[in-house]
Amino acid sequence: MKIFDLEKHSLREINQSLQTSEITEGKKIYEIRNPKGSHAVAVGLKAKINVNIHGSTGYYCGGMNQKAKIHVFGSVGPGVGENMMSGDIIIEGDASQYAGATGHGGVLLIKGNASSRCGISMKGNDIVVLGNIGHMAGFMAQSGNLVVLGNAGEGLGDSIYEANIFVRGKVSNLGADCIEKDMRKEHLVTLKRLLKKSNCSVKPQEFRRFGSARTLYNFEIDNVNLY
Amino acid sequence: MCGIVGLFLKNSELEPKLGALIGEMLIKMSDRGPDSAGLALYSRPTRFNMKLTLRFENLSSVKEMESILCKELKDKFSLKFRGSHVVLQFLIADYELVLTLLSELKSAPRILSKGNAIEIFKEVGSSVDFVNQFKVNNFNGTHGIGHTRMATESLVTLMGAHPFSTGSDQCLVHNGSLSNHNSVRRNLIRRGIQFETDNDSEVAASYLSDKISSGMTLEVALNSSLDDLDGFFSFVVGTKEGFAVLRDRIACKPAVLAETDDYVAFGSEYRALTDLPNINEAIVWEPEPATVYFWKHNHENF
Repeated sequence: MKIFDLEKHSLREINQSLQTSEITEGKKIYEIRNPKGSHAVAVGLKAKINVNIHGSTGYYCGGMNQKAKIHVFGSVGPGVGENMMSGDIIIEGDASQYAGATGHGGVLLIKGNASSRCGISMKGNDIVVLGNIGHMAGFMAQSGNLVVLGNAGEGLGDSIYEANIFVRGKVSNLGADCIEKDMRKEHLVTLKRLLKKSNCSVKPQEFRRFGSARTLYNFEIDNVNLY
Repeated sequence: MCGIVGLFLKNSELEPKLGALIGEMLIKMSDRGPDSAGLALYSRPTRFNMKLTLRFENLSSVKEMESILCKELKDKFSLKFRGSHVVLQFLIADYELVLTLLSELKSAPRILSKGNAIEIFKEVGSSVDFVNQFKVNNFNGTHGIGHTRMATESLVTLMGAHPFSTGSDQCLVHNGSLSNHNSVRRNLIRRGIQFETDNDSEVAASYLSDKISSGMTLEVALNSSLDDLDGFFSFVVGTKEGFAVLRDRIACKPAVLAETDDYVAFGSEYRALTDLPNINEAIVWEPEPATVYFWKHNHENF
């Protein structure tokens, strides 16, 4: 186990150490202490390593992650796991705005609540939120799965493409072109997999699925007078 | 970008530490706003029930003011330097007289705040220099709000720095930018309100003061700002009794609140709050969009 302390080491020092190839994959655990809301903690990791962060972080924690498993024992600021490519990010507390935005792969698990714009423009990653999510979640989300055990705020899935949104609680209202869709077998399989991975005992059948009505995909000539 | 902070003390034992605590919060937000820094600090009224925070271009005018006040008010005033500002305290009965005397000075000072609890300090430059220059650490008070500015809508000058005070014991700090401030300003000018800057946040402060002086409560005034002000904002509004927090409906400007038995703290980021006492045991949350939060003192003195 290697311990970094943000009161003693600079952020750049820590991130460079975690990003370098001398790291032995899968064997070591890296501990980061005293993040105290620092920005960009454990970003750009490329190896299959375990990083435990003790405390709350600021903007962009775990951004661009590849392969690494990052576990935050605290809450995170805006843009956690932004553009993550693979690996796992687990947040014990809450997440601020645009959690998991533009991610291409991997799983982001938020055990508390996530605020606005969760999963905005997601491109293939999976996001599981055990609490509630704020407004405009899944805005323009292209692919991947956003799973919410609690409630969803206003404008859910506005202008969504082909991502799936699964909500177990209440939805305040749906954004433009987002509709409730049938829960088919393959969706239940996906949900079961993500819930199991997140150690959740709730049943996939308790969720509703939301996705694109696909009415914004092509220009409707009848709407020309609206512009 | 800009950084804003607020600290409301529930436990009066912390009052001697108000300046030290909020000063540290302001320093933590320095990289969100390196252009200027400012604080509005509120304290319990003294035997004088009116105070002005003044900024003189020329310090020789302070001597001039002092000798005139000695003559006119005898011992019924006090003067205290803090950084480049002067806090003048006196009895409210002498308010009109003091304003006249100040306006007759060779170089009249700018009045940054007026009221019986508020003092406002602000300067161009970093928040570290600001906290040192104004000896913020030794301020004893009940609550305060602060701002570090990254200028977008008007020049980097003292007058463009926050907090903006447009009413007695009222002030506002703002993170964001308003897109309709020119039209709102024109409407307010038509209603007889004067402006000192081209700044959008001054418009927000004046808008709220105007609504309050026409009889609205702060809560109603803040709710009406959601319809009348267009743009992005997180506001913290200071009053004699406490402070209010409001974010616009889109809520893309960050805001974090923390509450313990001893205090309520606001920061643009959690980073601003990390050195507060027992922060690890605080309830920490983000204020909901378009929702007014308000904390108020119920001390006998208020």
